Amino acid sequence: MISYRRKEIGWAYGFVAIPVLGFLLFGLLPLIASGILSFTKWDMVTSPKFVGFTNYVNLWKDEKVHKGLFNTFFMLIHIPLGMFISLLLAMLMNQKVRGVSIFRTIFYIPVISPVVAVSLLWMWMLNYDFGLVNQFLWDWFHIKGPNWLGDPHWVKPSLILMGLWGGVGGNMVLYLAGLQSISSTYYEAAEVDGANAFQKFTRITVPLLSNIHFFVVVMGVIGTFQAFSQVYVMVPDGGPEYSAATVVFNIFQHAFEYFDMGYASAEAWMLGVIILILTMIQFRLSKRWAYND
Amino acid sequence: MGLKRNLTTGFTLLFLIVGSIITLAPFFWTISTSLKNQQNVFDLPPKWIPDPATFDNYREVWSAAPLLQGFLNSAIIAVFVLSIGLFVSSMAAYAFAKIDFPFKETIFLCLMGTMMIPYSVIMIPQFIVFSRINWVDTLLPLIVPGLFGNIVVIFFLRQFMQGAIPSELIEAAKLDGSGFFRTFATIALPIAKPAIAAQAALGFMGVWNDFLGPLIYLHTPEKQTIQVLIASLQSMYISSSNYPLIMAASFIAMIPVILVFFFCQKYFVESLAISGLKG
Repeated sequence: MISYRRKEIGWAYGFVAIPVLGFLLFGLLPLIASGILSFTKWDMVTSPKFVGFTNYVNLWKDEKVHKGLFNTFFMLIHIPLGMFISLLLAMLMNQKVRGVSIFRTIFYIPVISPVVAVSLLWMWMLNYDFGLVNQFLWDWFHIKGPNWLGDPHWVKPSLILMGLWGGVGGNMVLYLAGLQSISSTYYEAAEVDGANAFQKFTRITVPLLSNIHFFVVVMGVIGTFQAFSQVYVMVPDGGPEYSAATVVFNIFQHAFEYFDMGYASAEAWMLGVIILILTMIQFRLSKRWAYND
Repeated sequence: MGLKRNLTTGFTLLFLIVGSIITLAPFFWTISTSLKNQQNVFDLPPKWIPDPATFDNYREVWSAAPLLQGFLNSAIIAVFVLSIGLFVSSMAAYAFAKIDFPFKETIFLCLMGTMMIPYSVIMIPQFIVFSRINWVDTLLPLIVPGLFGNIVVIFFLRQFMQGAIPSELIEAAKLDGSGFFRTFATIALPIAKPAIAAQAALGFMGVWNDFLGPLIYLHTPEKQTIQVLIASLQSMYISSSNYPLIMAASFIAMIPVILVFFFCQKYFVESLAISGLKG
């Protein structure tokens, strides 16, 4: 039996070997390489030059980097908005209404639609002169809609609007699953104690969904900090006054348009560290507020 | 009580229907625009039903860009990454879920660590290496890393296998003299089938909708994936405001995803719910 055990261990190592190799080749090594690159100046044509912390110092002074960071943090607003809408939708769908699966499908279609196609259709929706959104604002409310993608103040709200449309369906499904797992005895007990609908919502529903809130926030933050495609498609120059550019957009420009690999690597590392710190903060905080069974 | 109940249901339905209309309107507007000609597209107030309706934009965009080739390129990546990548992932997931071996937790945690690395950090060295070995403008940089499995998938399948495969069954197979690989292939794989299907459905969407990777690596139109092709059409036609053509293209790009979604809907919702609740 001992030899069987040894054989089993051997097989188990064999089974995990390929992902481990993948982790080394496509995860760890590139990570280290990009760390080293971040201390060089390299255009991929001439040989790389070691420049110490120059890239990082320049990042600190680069106005476009500041804008990218500011825009990215601004875009985080869509997370609480999206949570609110998706929880509302999930609660509506949790009332035993007929045709729930149809509604679920409808709200989920934007989630699975390709970002590129979605960005194109929203460019058209948000067109200043002929877009459906401004038409709607004028016909129904007599509001002259803004130049959504052409005005530095409106680009980010445009992206948030599009992000909400494309994202609430996914979180709604999560919340719906969470709501269905809450035992009705909690609500019955609260009713006996004379709780009203609002109290039931704030004291039972919201806290019992805390692990889903946590998941949604963590994934939302990571996703926001990695946003790229919608910006690249909708405002290929980063938007008026660079007001839509994200950090990844800036990294992309430096790496694949200016071929400034060292600088781009430094910025990528900066982004990685920011995401890491934000995620760690959230995990710390979650211990205080997240409820676990 | 009955009336109150009916009212609540009525309001709920109303809200959901309004929400659905808002959700679907952009899609209808896309289709409607794609069937208009260049003159009608700027009609005010906008018409939802194009008159006259024409398929010319579809014909034109189909000949303006190698869309069929784009579909094919996306499909090639998806087939390789999904078949081999999923198989590799489920092997690893099985070992992590059901077998005790030295350093198991450490190895697993290391792999989980890769989830924390943003793509933008590793894309630059990857690009440099792939361009050194002349893989730029081929599908290889998009396929090869995917063949080594995916840690999110491994994590998900491990969770599933831990619960769904009874250890007694594995022990019984062992006593019957079944080898390690055979136990995996004949017991674990069939049990994990629904979870693998769910990951395949999600993985397909991931590959199909991916943009940044293909954008970096694929430069000649004939070699690009459908997403990169569609995006490049935008830059070609936006200056001439040819919205009908652009809308036709983006609708074409959406068709496969929506079809796959309708056929595999169950798996999507399941996998999303499971990974969300347990992740």
